[in-house]
Amino acid sequence: MIALTVNGTPRQLDVSPDMPLLWAIREALGLTGTKYGCGMALCGACTVHVDGTPARACVTPVSAVAGKRVTTIEGLSDKTDHPVQRAWIELDVPQCGYCQSGQLMSAAALLAQNTTPTDQDIDAAMAGNICRCGTYQRIRAAVHRAATLARGGA
Amino acid sequence: MASRRRVSRRTLLKGGLVVGTGLVVGFRLSYTDRFALQAQSPGVFAPNQWLRIDRDGVVTIINSVPEMGQGSMTTMPMIVADELDADWDRVRVEAAPTDPSLYANPVTRQQSYGGSRGVRDHLEPLRKAGAAARQMLREAAAQEWGVPLDEVTTEPGVVVHVPTGRRLLYGQLVDKAQALPVPQNPPLKTKDQFRYIGKARARVDVPQKVNGQAVYGIDVKVPGMLVASIEKCPVVAGGKVKSFDAAAAKAIPGVKHVVQVTSGVAVVADSFWTALQGRKALKVAWDDGPLGQLSSAGIAKEHETAAGQPGLVARNDGDTAAALAAGAKTFETVYQVPYLEHACMEPMNATAHVTADACTVWVPTQNPGGSREVAARLTGLPVERVTVNTTFLGGGFGRRGQTDYVVDAVEVAKAIGGGPVKVLWTREDDLTHGFYRPNTHNVLRAALDPSGKPTAWFTRAVGAGLLRQRGAVAAGQVDGTSMAGLRDLPYDIPNVRIEWVDKDVGVPVGFWRSVGSSQNAFIVETFVDELAHLAGQDPYEYRRALLGKFPRHKAVLELAATRASWGAPLPAGQGRGIAVCFSYASYSAHVAEVSVADDGTVRVHRLVCAIDCGIAVNPDQVKAQMEGGAVYAMTATLYGQITLDAGRVQQTNFHTYPMMRIAETPVTEVHILESGQPPGGLGEPGVPTVAPAICNAIFAATGKRIRRLPIQREELKRA
Repeated sequence: MIALTVNGTPRQLDVSPDMPLLWAIREALGLTGTKYGCGMALCGACTVHVDGTPARACVTPVSAVAGKRVTTIEGLSDKTDHPVQRAWIELDVPQCGYCQSGQLMSAAALLAQNTTPTDQDIDAAMAGNICRCGTYQRIRAAVHRAATLARGGA
Repeated sequence: MASRRRVSRRTLLKGGLVVGTGLVVGFRLSYTDRFALQAQSPGVFAPNQWLRIDRDGVVTIINSVPEMGQGSMTTMPMIVADELDADWDRVRVEAAPTDPSLYANPVTRQQSYGGSRGVRDHLEPLRKAGAAARQMLREAAAQEWGVPLDEVTTEPGVVVHVPTGRRLLYGQLVDKAQALPVPQNPPLKTKDQFRYIGKARARVDVPQKVNGQAVYGIDVKVPGMLVASIEKCPVVAGGKVKSFDAAAAKAIPGVKHVVQVTSGVAVVADSFWTALQGRKALKVAWDDGPLGQLSSAGIAKEHETAAGQPGLVARNDGDTAAALAAGAKTFETVYQVPYLEHACMEPMNATAHVTADACTVWVPTQNPGGSREVAARLTGLPVERVTVNTTFLGGGFGRRGQTDYVVDAVEVAKAIGGGPVKVLWTREDDLTHGFYRPNTHNVLRAALDPSGKPTAWFTRAVGAGLLRQRGAVAAGQVDGTSMAGLRDLPYDIPNVRIEWVDKDVGVPVGFWRSVGSSQNAFIVETFVDELAHLAGQDPYEYRRALLGKFPRHKAVLELAATRASWGAPLPAGQGRGIAVCFSYASYSAHVAEVSVADDGTVRVHRLVCAIDCGIAVNPDQVKAQMEGGAVYAMTATLYGQITLDAGRVQQTNFHTYPMMRIAETPVTEVHILESGQPPGGLGEPGVPTVAPAICNAIFAATGKRIRRLPIQREELKRA
């Protein structure tokens, strides 16, 4: 049994300790918003927060997050109103949407650290997230927009 | 799957609106349609298969075009809602069930979606569907009030009696409207009456795509479901299992079955991770099959040899051989493009449940109709007993028009006693067992007159044809998919000869975003740039002068050039390139601004795109498709290549098959040219002109000509 906190709720996982967090979240806990894209930490589709820091769940063994706080896309907000979610909706960022959970988690982690990111800050923080639909220019604009929203701007 | 629930047949139909090459002509009644007619629910107005309205005034619009990112779930319903005069806030959208008798594409007659065919094949039938319903609601209200029909109009969700201002909500009219005959040729709005068409509208799928609730195929959960991973032959195609030892795999806790299927050996477990562990423990001996010795170097040699032989003639104007011999200047060169994989972010997958008398499939597919046929064939069930539920697609790009992953799921389900079972591919499976954009070898020749104007243009393209490989084009016939963008050369040249050499080495080839145009625009638009240089003329003006017979090409070319300030000075080290193309009934042009670093790294600073898609139903999504198409094309231009050694694809994941990332991505400025012409496609036309615009810009910046994709940094390095 591995104990951890997922989206604020204490959970016990009866899985192999070397199972990647991605599959524990998706299959043992049924939270399918976190996506599988590569299994090698190359695409960022599986990005979650571990104690507030972005992590690639596909290469993070469950044993490594014992006792830690994991936040997935489902736990980013209760009402789909985190500033990044509001900005993503406002700018119609997603196309197929498959990578967007990971994009949003990377963006939210950036904004938690940096309330006024530059284009360069955004490019660096989002470098690990592939979007095959090519929504990057909207992602960049939406991170700026989310920063404004998070600061209370309109 | 609450938001994508299946349409209930009971409430669906008043009659099937038959759409096709002609007008709406009535109602084709299949067995199931008659059943639906007999079993209609009270309180629902369902004039055709595209919409229904309940007594609460909720309008449910059925979208038959799978949502793969192109925005079909928003754009298609906008068309119905506009003619219906629906209140958009009361509109719900449902994915169509798989039933080609109702939801086949009216042009292709298949319930399969590729070729940027959403709006362009459905604009007219969907407008008629909405307009028919609106007219019936007006008639119902006119009867209710006892007034002439022409005194009755609509506002969103409401019928209004103009002289008195009396109003009835659509929901109040459903019973009366349902009893009326369906008008077969209802009057349509004029363009100035459009309420939704032509105005940017937020995508309805976005909220669930930012909170993790959207259900893709990989997310499907069925009670009792197992999960499988299939060890496939390392050779790209054609390999077979000789023997396998499943003992170690079966010893892993959670592994339930190990079964052989057509594509390999499936390990079926209680979770995907466990199935993968089982797969690693398998020992399989393979018969590599006929492609086991295939290598990229060998294929290149075969192509080169084949290029020395005459091809099938796809176009022949004038006497190209004579004009080439008589030219003041002649030029010949070769362009080569590689195999490419689609790399949808969601790896291929499908879930199947097979019982004695029914089969249910959940699948992210562009091809629901084909999926149903495949499942029926494999189970021996009649198609009516097969239910295919289309989920959201995590990317399509043509890959998901194939049904190989459906075969996997149904075969595994059958082998384990019915399932339900989900088969999920790994990224490695995906890249190494694809249907690749053909690699081609292309010989180009031209002659110029003393003024620099081309007098002859010769193209011989060598490669595999998509339809030819599928047996849909006979030997000795030209495969049109290979010729798109070549055969329809728009430039005003008196002698043109286009040949195709049907050279198929056996690598599975497939429809990759913009298909033949993805390589052929690169070839044509680079070659015409070379001719402009040879003629000592500006590449934009050179094209313009040759486009007199093709005003729509010329118009997008001019729009892109103007918006990009063609000719204005650029920062030192930067170059500008331009390209134009017709594809999928749309016209697109790009201008790229590019620089090349000393180490050969190419940087695209800016892309300006002009698009004429006839009518832009949702302009913001037109822009989104152009933005996304540009990134897809830049990945191919800068990185994309699939190579083979010993029949094995050498690119296995994103470290060896890299994708454009955010930091490299310039802003693509999109300018829509409203031509008022019939609708064109959008998913594909954003791709073809990006590679040549970038490569022509590289030439402008460095004097080095790119004739082989992807761009090789080594070739651009400055010593």
